[in-house]
Amino acid sequence: MYWDWFKGGSALGIAFLLAVVLVKPIGVSTQFVILDGIIGDTVNDTLVVEDKSAKKGYSSSNAYLNKSGGKYAKSVARPLNYSFVFVLSMILGGLLGRIFQAKTGNDKMKQIPEVHQRRFGNNPVMRALITFAGGFIVLWGARLAGGCTSGHMMSGMMQTSISGYLFALAAFAIAVPTAIIIYKK
Amino acid sequence: MDIILAVIIGTIFGFVLQRIGAADPDKIIGMLRLTDLHLMRTIFAGIGISSALLFIGMMAGLIDPGHLSVKSMYTGVIFGGMLLGLGWALSGFCPGTGVVALGTGRIDALFFILGGLGGAAVYMMMYGSLKSTFLMQKLFGGKATLVVTGKSTPILDMSWSPWIAIGIGIMMLIIARLLPERIR
Repeated sequence: MYWDWFKGGSALGIAFLLAVVLVKPIGVSTQFVILDGIIGDTVNDTLVVEDKSAKKGYSSSNAYLNKSGGKYAKSVARPLNYSFVFVLSMILGGLLGRIFQAKTGNDKMKQIPEVHQRRFGNNPVMRALITFAGGFIVLWGARLAGGCTSGHMMSGMMQTSISGYLFALAAFAIAVPTAIIIYKK
Repeated sequence: MDIILAVIIGTIFGFVLQRIGAADPDKIIGMLRLTDLHLMRTIFAGIGISSALLFIGMMAGLIDPGHLSVKSMYTGVIFGGMLLGLGWALSGFCPGTGVVALGTGRIDALFFILGGLGGAAVYMMMYGSLKSTFLMQKLFGGKATLVVTGKSTPILDMSWSPWIAIGIGIMMLIIARLLPERIR
């Protein structure tokens, strides 16, 4: 059903290479901040303002959006930028992948993963709570680290970044025992 | 032009993540429990192939090193990585694969993304009080890489060190080949 490791690995490698050859290394987790900023700026339109004195032309009352000369503030004010559209397009890619998979035959997608079902049963509310909590921890951590699996682990290790290697070690050092303990049969 | 590239490359990336099983929490948690290493092999091969080709391309003058972007190394990378590992194992999603999984029609991915927006928002609000703590302490001089890239501080500061990156890439591909599909 899924591509074998060599075909999949080649496709994955080429996707990361293509991005860096044509534009820049792939990253995802920053765009969660940008979407938060867009939502925040809709509720309170003084969150991000045009500011000629800022390096990027925008500033924010939030210290995080305001850092690096208002780099994130600018992306919030102009959501039609490369990185944000890139992440939105990944949703389309997932849909196309799913359609393609359905054409190859036999599999139904399980809304509740098997490992979850074995451990916590069939209640979708429990799965929703776990993924919500997981998402919260993942993104808080990714923002502290300055990147996630895509930006640090894949793009980082591709460039032999020290931050990429150490991020990957730290993530797996916790993820492997956690998964073994939580999802033991 | 940038936007068109964003749509094309983003769609390809999302498609590939779905096709390798990375948007499937059973495959992610299987990898982390060490019961299904298929995805681990794919990731090793992916990094190895992209890295070897990247450095070959730069040495041949076909790839502009100006497109590289090396992330800074600081204490928070370790602590943030550990937290990401915790949430990753709990949910079976990371930021990119959660987004792709939403596209495949997974409802749990929507909750992951909502949680993620919450976590990112809380981080944004806390950033002001975190930014002068030990968590932001730079290590290895910040933007450090193992080899010379032209955009970073290399640990191995020899002009031939990109060959090492190519060697590491090939080694990762060999590891991917040798890893069994299951070890437990």
